[in-house]
Amino acid sequence: MNNLSKRSYIVAAVFAVVALIYVIDLFRLQVLDSDYKQYATNNVLREVVQYPARGLIYDRDGELMVYNKTAYDLMITPREVGEFDTLLLCNLLDITVEDLEAGIQKAKKYSRYKPSVLIKQISPENFALLQEKLYKFKGFHSQTRTLREYTHPVAAHVLGYVGEVSANDIKRDVYYKSGDYIGQSGIERTYEEQLRGVKGVKKYMVDVHNRIQGSYLNGREDQPAEIGKNLVSTVDIDLQVYAEELFQNKKGAVVAIEPKTGEILAMLSAPTYDPGLLVGRVRGKNFSHLQNDSLMPLFDRSLQARYPPGSTFKPFNILIGLQEGAINTSTRVVCNGRSSQPIRCTHNHITPTSVVDAVRESCNPFLWNTFRNSINQFPTTAEGFAAWSEYVRRFGIGDKVSEEFYNENPGLRPTVDYYNRKFNGSWWRALTVRSLAIGQGEMGTTPLQMANCAAILANKGYYYPPHIIKEIENDTIRSSVSVKHETGIEAEHFEPVYEGMRQVTIARLNRFVPGISYCGKTGTIQNNQGIDHGAYIAFAPEDDPKIAICVYVEHSKWGASYAAPMASLLIEKYLNDTIATNRLIYEKQMMGAVLTDPNNPDLID
Amino acid sequence: MPRRNNILANIDWLTVGLYVLMIFLGWFNIYAALYSDEHQSIFDISQQYGKQLMWIGAAAVLALTIMLLEVNFYVFFSYIIYGVLMLFLLLVPFVGKEINGARSWFQIGPVLFQPSEFTKFATALALARYMSTHGFKLQTTKSLLTIAAIIFGPVVLILLQNDTGSALVYFSFVLVLYREGLSGVVLFFGTLIAILFVLALVLTNLTLALVMVGVALLMFLVFNPKLKQFFTVSIIYALSIGFFILLNYVVNTSYELSHFILAGAVVGSLIVLYHSVRNKFSNYTKIAIVFIGSILFTISVDYGFENFLEPHHRVRINELLGIESNPQGAGYHVNQSKIAIGSGGMWGKGYLNGTQTKFDFVPEQSTDFIFCTVGEEWGFAGTLTIILLFMLLFMRLIFLAERQRSTFSRIYGYSVAVILFFHFMVNIGMTIGMMPVIGIPLPFFSYGGSSLWSFTILLFIFIRLDASRLEKLSD
Repeated sequence: MNNLSKRSYIVAAVFAVVALIYVIDLFRLQVLDSDYKQYATNNVLREVVQYPARGLIYDRDGELMVYNKTAYDLMITPREVGEFDTLLLCNLLDITVEDLEAGIQKAKKYSRYKPSVLIKQISPENFALLQEKLYKFKGFHSQTRTLREYTHPVAAHVLGYVGEVSANDIKRDVYYKSGDYIGQSGIERTYEEQLRGVKGVKKYMVDVHNRIQGSYLNGREDQPAEIGKNLVSTVDIDLQVYAEELFQNKKGAVVAIEPKTGEILAMLSAPTYDPGLLVGRVRGKNFSHLQNDSLMPLFDRSLQARYPPGSTFKPFNILIGLQEGAINTSTRVVCNGRSSQPIRCTHNHITPTSVVDAVRESCNPFLWNTFRNSINQFPTTAEGFAAWSEYVRRFGIGDKVSEEFYNENPGLRPTVDYYNRKFNGSWWRALTVRSLAIGQGEMGTTPLQMANCAAILANKGYYYPPHIIKEIENDTIRSSVSVKHETGIEAEHFEPVYEGMRQVTIARLNRFVPGISYCGKTGTIQNNQGIDHGAYIAFAPEDDPKIAICVYVEHSKWGASYAAPMASLLIEKYLNDTIATNRLIYEKQMMGAVLTDPNNPDLID
Repeated sequence: MPRRNNILANIDWLTVGLYVLMIFLGWFNIYAALYSDEHQSIFDISQQYGKQLMWIGAAAVLALTIMLLEVNFYVFFSYIIYGVLMLFLLLVPFVGKEINGARSWFQIGPVLFQPSEFTKFATALALARYMSTHGFKLQTTKSLLTIAAIIFGPVVLILLQNDTGSALVYFSFVLVLYREGLSGVVLFFGTLIAILFVLALVLTNLTLALVMVGVALLMFLVFNPKLKQFFTVSIIYALSIGFFILLNYVVNTSYELSHFILAGAVVGSLIVLYHSVRNKFSNYTKIAIVFIGSILFTISVDYGFENFLEPHHRVRINELLGIESNPQGAGYHVNQSKIAIGSGGMWGKGYLNGTQTKFDFVPEQSTDFIFCTVGEEWGFAGTLTIILLFMLLFMRLIFLAERQRSTFSRIYGYSVAVILFFHFMVNIGMTIGMMPVIGIPLPFFSYGGSSLWSFTILLFIFIRLDASRLEKLSD
């Protein structure tokens, strides 16, 4: 071996050193460093959210009210988009080229690789047309979502609507991600957690172009979506539909409650709207349309309108008086009609007036006497008024009476402190606040609260909180609805009030329900902006009440003119299922009346 | 005695066996790299793995032909083969087909072939022929110039085709020349230049200046461990560098402090050089010259890097050295490649189960980045096996080369070894981020007819030469 051939070892050594360096580096890379395994997983893993179908809503008899229909979101993955017929796509989607361009730009800004929503909530009919041609549009695909669908176009306020989550929702609850839907009002909002179900996730492996290549770990880590829970509402869909028919072209509210349970049978704020208007792509347009409507259809009068209760409150003042011993069944009060002091009486009736007469005739002097005595039998006005105010509180006025509605107005209950502030001291007397005696003045109740008051009458002294959901699939409803609320009025005191109210219901033919003996009380709420509002509370049948109802009809002048007949029709519909033939004329009258004008020339004296 | 038997008996079956083993391992990995559910058959000739099998078949025919040819054929025709292929290289920029920005392919019917692949063995043949001529002496200027011409001829032509990777392969011949007597100094300077190049780009100018001065002083101490002289040298440097640093404070120029330090070091080196030449301290002379050269080279690197390299090369080098990193951009290949290999772990994810591989995260997976598939699906066990197989082949080739009686065969054998090694080093190095991304294939593994055939020809000519090692060749 010559000198140079020794250099073969050097050459071999160079080879070996390089190989050794590589082996060491590969050992570090593959065996010691675990980061790369994570990177590889991150590369291929894509989580696709599985949206559950929202729970269905049934009426109290199990009739379907709200269900789901499929809608399609058109998704775009900008990177994969090739040349396509812009005009054809615009025609299929019914949008302008500018909208399309803007949408594509927005998607590009979000991510070129990840899919984002281009057009939301395409109806199945429109999507069918699009789907046939979708193969022509590379980079576009669809995503299935569910939208609400209604069997009857009613109960919009009760059911509420579903919309996209706001930034606040996302901040408040980590469950929500941008683009998710959430119940925005009504049952959809109150029972959001039960209705929404649980989103699932499917893990896929994707290739470098973000195309799905198969499930990750054979779906071992997938979580299936849990369908939302179905709800059974307390609403009687037939009664609700009938109420809405009666209330067409009117402003006002109806709340009907089953007194024994507090279950709301029907609840309506008029004018209302088809809940289907606030679903899908048309939602935004329709929403602003409704928002700009001068009749305020989005305003839920049944929960949010605070009217003075007016004469409908008179039975309750009498009950307080009876319970406090301020009056009794032998009490008689002389009524001087229009010249009565301090409150005149506009009703022509016999005098002296008994409790029964007073209820029937809505006698103001009797009520003033009752109110004054209730307060003045205490050593001080403050004590007397506090006792009166406590009864009002127990009637469910001044606080939210139900836990079901986020937007319920608590109403207004006057207190001693309130008047001390208002009158700058405690010098005020029953006389000062005498309006309260006849349900006017510093007192406000919502239709829901007055319906609940009607239920208190029906139950002779107690109520269960009004509620809108009866059953939740695989779950229990809130326990507070089965808590009995006592008002402290003993059952015996209801007898004369019942009698007076029964006589009210037979006073006129248009509020008489054939075969049903029931109790009612009209009310007229003074209104400075136009014609007075009519009100009516009632419960039926008298001996075993199954329905307690409150009806407000704005600008209908007297409680007797529209509110009472409409309430009687609702009672008849609910209890008898049909309207007697001889009463169809009233039904026609009521449905045909147009009372949206506050200065209706037909009703102005 | 019938010659055929003689050849058959003398074929180095170990090398042939390694070749066959690697070719088929490569084929299986190409299948894995491109595997998709739609095309499940490994024999599907619409897919690259199906085609690769055809190329393998063709390679077998080629290998057989090479073995059947008279051994003197390669000696006689070496210049002619070289000449013909150089002609191809010359023509390809004009009549070739452009693929991926490089006009370096000929299209003959459905077959594409890349002449730059084939000039490798042709150059090896020509070099072997020239260096084995009777009375050849490496150290003469004429020899060196001729060798340079043989090697750099194809380099220049390949660079003209924009195929930097293939051009760089030819630098590996320096190891052959070293074996044949080229001074080790060349290797030393080669390494020094590489280190300085990297340091110049990685370190800040000031750090680099201080490191260089430090290393130079250490050299003076190591190569002439006489403290008195070392102190003298140190003082000379200290004074001259100190003078320039002082100058830096006095005159207000736009130059950095590092430039003044290096200027001081140059002046100091000149002083040392002057004294060492007068006093015949040959070690000091060498060190001083190398030092001055290094300083000048370092300064020119930055300038050259910014002014002579093309942007995409600059980016790749920056990426490699970790100066700038952009995993979405230029670093994407390497990053995904490292993820693929790194995620393989000890035993890999299993054949056809690599997610990086299957889902196309690594570009050029069947060609330049085939090693990723091995790393991801077979793990460290797989990569270690491949490296050991290559090392076994390289060692065997060196062993075979050394046992040749004819200089021609030995030089050719070394050429085969170093060419294969260079591909091995750069290709695997780039997949693990230790080499810049230069598109050259991993021998026997990467997909591609041209490269497979060129490596087959390269290797089998040597196996043929080795089989006849006992015969006298007509050098």
